[in-house]
Amino acid sequence: MNLLMIIRVALRALRRNRMRSTLTVLGIIIGVASVIAMIGIGQGARASVQSQIASLGSNLVMIFSGSTSRGGVAMGWGASSALKEDDAKAILAECPSVVNVSPVVRSPGQVVFGDQNWSTSVQGVWASYPEIRDWPLVAGAFFSDSDVRGSAKVCVIGKTVEDNLFGTSDPIGQTIRIKKLPFRVVGVLSSKGTDPRGQDQDDIIVAPLTVVQKQMAGTTSVNNIMASTSSPLLAGQAIDEMTALLRQRHRIGPNDNDDFIIRSQADIASTAEATSQIMTMLLGSIAGVSLLVGGIGIMNIMLVSVTERTREIGIRLAVGAAEKDILFQFLLEAALLSLVGGVIGVALGILTSQIVSSVAKWPTLVSPASIVLSLCFSGLVGIFFGFYPARKASRLDPIEALRYE
Amino acid sequence: MGELIVVENLTRDYVMGDVTVQALRGVTLSIAEGSFVAISGASGSGKSTFMNVIGCLDRPTSGRYLLGGQDMLALERSELPKVRGRKIGFVFQGFNLLSRTSAYENVELPLLYQNVDSGERRKRVTDALTRVGLADRMDHTPSQLSGGQQQRVAIARALVNQPMLLLGDEPTGNLDTRTGIDIMELFLELNRQGITIVMVTHEPDIAQYAERNLVFRDGRPVSDTRVATRRDPAGERAHLSALEAEVKIQ
Ligand SMILES: Nc1ncnc2c1ncn2[C@@H]1O[C@H](COP(=O)(O)OP(=O)(O)OP(=O)(O)O)[C@@H](O)[C@H]1O
Ligand SMILES: [Mg+2]
Repeated sequence: MNLLMIIRVALRALRRNRMRSTLTVLGIIIGVASVIAMIGIGQGARASVQSQIASLGSNLVMIFSGSTSRGGVAMGWGASSALKEDDAKAILAECPSVVNVSPVVRSPGQVVFGDQNWSTSVQGVWASYPEIRDWPLVAGAFFSDSDVRGSAKVCVIGKTVEDNLFGTSDPIGQTIRIKKLPFRVVGVLSSKGTDPRGQDQDDIIVAPLTVVQKQMAGTTSVNNIMASTSSPLLAGQAIDEMTALLRQRHRIGPNDNDDFIIRSQADIASTAEATSQIMTMLLGSIAGVSLLVGGIGIMNIMLVSVTERTREIGIRLAVGAAEKDILFQFLLEAALLSLVGGVIGVALGILTSQIVSSVAKWPTLVSPASIVLSLCFSGLVGIFFGFYPARKASRLDPIEALRYE
Repeated sequence: MGELIVVENLTRDYVMGDVTVQALRGVTLSIAEGSFVAISGASGSGKSTFMNVIGCLDRPTSGRYLLGGQDMLALERSELPKVRGRKIGFVFQGFNLLSRTSAYENVELPLLYQNVDSGERRKRVTDALTRVGLADRMDHTPSQLSGGQQQRVAIARALVNQPMLLLGDEPTGNLDTRTGIDIMELFLELNRQGITIVMVTHEPDIAQYAERNLVFRDGRPVSDTRVATRRDPAGERAHLSALEAEVKIQ
């Protein structure tokens, strides 16, 4: 019997047991759909994390005040006041791999314009800040070095702040009050969206470091220092140079721990990458288990089917079917079931991941590889789990099978 | 005409633990090409076992079996399906049709296993169903057919591969008298067209349609007789109608 005939015979047999075929296919559909959806969602989340990390600025190296312990209580990053503006100046002057530096001081503050008010994060920075963060302006211009030196009361606002205070009117040249102090708006930053931790990066006001430090935060230290290198390849070298410089400046003995922490963009990216990879794997393996369950479902149904169809097999043998005809018929039935389930499952999986990603505002990423993979896998599941029942069917004795009630 | 079936000292033992049932104990006989043989005998005398062996559904424990001059016991096990599919047609007591499958597809089944192409298949299936008088019932499934009609579908299925041997194990066993006569009429018609028929029956009336009667006892034939006056279906039907009329009058 040739393949075409076997396919015909297998299709007829499946059609005769429509309900059972449908239920079997359902198991595979669920398995394949969840594999596609889970991997799609995982990869979508990963891509969105990657784009958020890229939005922090390229070639970025961040220095945080290290964790110190005061009275035995460990404080978090940035809790100590080890970093000063002078550290930033020294880094710029003495670290050859570093091209740009800006200290950052953060202070939460209430901003008022006319009858609108908004709470946001006010950050004191140097004029090089937009370059380091690779963050262009959409209107106006960033303040200059001399504004920073002269503690000018000027500021650049983020998109979210602009929307909330000004609506559609032009903010450039307007004066807003930050913690009751008047500031002139000189520029608007372009929109960056959320950061990897889900915070709105556009909800920000940047102003000269000196003003924020003295008049708002009331501190002589800075929260962190951002530095950038000319290429990501220099990040490691820059970290070494800055570590050596800061240890020397902070007079840290050879056996003592750093009072600062340096992280490059690459570190942050790889951590986030690893996290989302684990998530994808986790989701994928849960989905894989459901595909396995679907496969066992096929085996179960095929086994039941072989017993239930013993007489049918006997009839087929009596009218001239060879052992291998029966074997291939049952194998093909199982493979067809799981392949049909696979195709429907892929469609359903793509749909599901699209719905999830549109709700979560992630990019959809159903790779052709994952489609091909799960289709092949479901076909293999069918053949693998179909083989034992099929062999059982083909080994039946024709007389026993015919006599079976 | 030559001998279609020649068996010598055929035995078939069923071993179950330490009990051995000798279902056939040395059967030696031959059946001529084109003949119509009926086998009868007590239950358990080995009739079905004999049919299964000559139908190549089962292999004997020892002996010789030639079908059309070819030694069946020299064949590989894997070659038997081809013999069943091409040379032999089976009709069983229980019809053994695929349920939820149309008469057409049931009859087509043996052809699928012999790689007959679709045009030829359609011709042969239609032809076989027409021969058994079911040309207008091709799309009916077994549950939509009467017992006699189901048995005719089974006969069409047995015929469709143009076998030289038709084997029936109690083909009328599940049918009423009138339908049994119809089936015998069909058998006689096929036999006239040259098909050799061997059938098992426990009804003496049915055996009288054949030209030769074998009686089995304890795994071997104990009598082998020519039927002197064979029954003919038309006469039987008339006889039956007369009987029924009598019953009605009373
Ligand atoms: N698969 C089997 N395993 C064991 N013994 C068997 C098997 N098949 C048949 N037998 C035995 O072989 C003997 C002959 O059985 P067979 O079916 O040939 O009888 P039969 O003449 O067809 O009887 P009946 O008229 O009741 O159909 C019986 O004693 C039966 O019990
Ligand atoms: Mg019997």
